[in-house]
Amino acid sequence: MDPEFFEQLAMPLFDSLYNFAHWLTGNRVDAEDLVQETYAKALKGFKSFQDGTNLRAWMFRILRNTFLTSRTGLMARNTLSFEEESEEAEVRSAQVVTPESVLLRNENQQMVLDALAAVPVHYREIILLCEVEELSYREIAEVLSLPIGTVMSRLSRARNSLRQMLAAKQSARATV
Amino acid sequence: MKNCDWDAITLAQYLDGELAPDQASRMEQHISDCPHCSAEVSVLVSMKRSLRAADRHFTPTAEFRRKIQQQVSRPQSKWNMRFVWAFAMLAVVLILSIVWLVRSRRVDTFSEVADLHVSTLASTNPVDVISTDRHTVKPWFQGRIPFSFNLPELAGTEFTLLGGRVVYLHQQPGAQLIFTVRQHKISVLIYRESAGLAGDLTDGNVERRHAFNVAAWKTQDLRFIVIGDVDVDEIRKLTQLIQIANK
Ligand SMILES: [Zn+2]
Repeated sequence: MDPEFFEQLAMPLFDSLYNFAHWLTGNRVDAEDLVQETYAKALKGFKSFQDGTNLRAWMFRILRNTFLTSRTGLMARNTLSFEEESEEAEVRSAQVVTPESVLLRNENQQMVLDALAAVPVHYREIILLCEVEELSYREIAEVLSLPIGTVMSRLSRARNSLRQMLAAKQSARATV
Repeated sequence: MKNCDWDAITLAQYLDGELAPDQASRMEQHISDCPHCSAEVSVLVSMKRSLRAADRHFTPTAEFRRKIQQQVSRPQSKWNMRFVWAFAMLAVVLILSIVWLVRSRRVDTFSEVADLHVSTLASTNPVDVISTDRHTVKPWFQGRIPFSFNLPELAGTEFTLLGGRVVYLHQQPGAQLIFTVRQHKISVLIYRESAGLAGDLTDGNVERRHAFNVAAWKTQDLRFIVIGDVDVDEIRKLTQLIQIANK
């Protein structure tokens, strides 16, 4: 694509990309570095970007890959457990009991956000891509460079992890 | 709850809008019938709703937005770069043609000077001001050429001044002075110095070119060329006399 179009196509994604970057890095300084590098790389590679393909997924993919090679990204990646990518069948059978259903009311929104910030980053990113960016599984697969089956199993694990985190926070608050 | 054949992933697919319409309607039907699944769906839906708050939870500063805006509007300057390149190419073409012009002048200067000299020799009326007196010749040029020069004192030398005329070299008006020595004529051409005027002539030494000996040099603003079919030493001597007069 002609670099002339880059600004008008990529700038509308700025707020979303920043939000995503801040969720990944957990602080403003790193988030800004990440977004800046993402735009620099995207601008550089824009010529190879095919018109008609998904710019949004493409930009998020660049940001996410850049994050993985960053200092905080490398640290986060080390926490990714090896069992994580095992068969999805295991996930399908694993149902989480839902005592926290009561907790999931609007007034507990902040607690959900706290829980989101507390889950491992590879769970956080897939939840954000699905729930906040509302990307399709296919787009998420593109962003994360994963097969769709793995996207579905990881998403399921991520939601379970978030619910466990919520339950832990709920019980912690209950004891205070 | 038991006999429920729906799994977590399919339920998620349903809520994420990833099921085909017929699958989705079957799922819908099942949820209304299965208390386990309907409970699960309500948890997931409220979680989904809560997670919407993660959107725009962190907002970039205006300063950072400006920074990125500047960074990505670089293609604008790239666009301008095309013009810069166009101008650069134009400049290169211009320089090349100037170089070519100068080079072609370089080639031309000697032959042009030689032509002038030869035509002077052949002419029955070689000079426009006939005078051996430098005090007559010098004022004659005033108003005819856009500069002035000094004529040497020739008393006691073998050179004689015949006179002068206005001649053009590369479209520039200048003075041609004719000196004689042993019945040979020498032309001294004086012009206002300009780039490329000397052309293929080199300053300093007397050069043997075809049947002629040629000397060229310049002062701060004047270009001198001496040409004649006389000895190198005679050219050099005359050259020195003129140089002394025009220091
Ligand atoms: Zn069911």
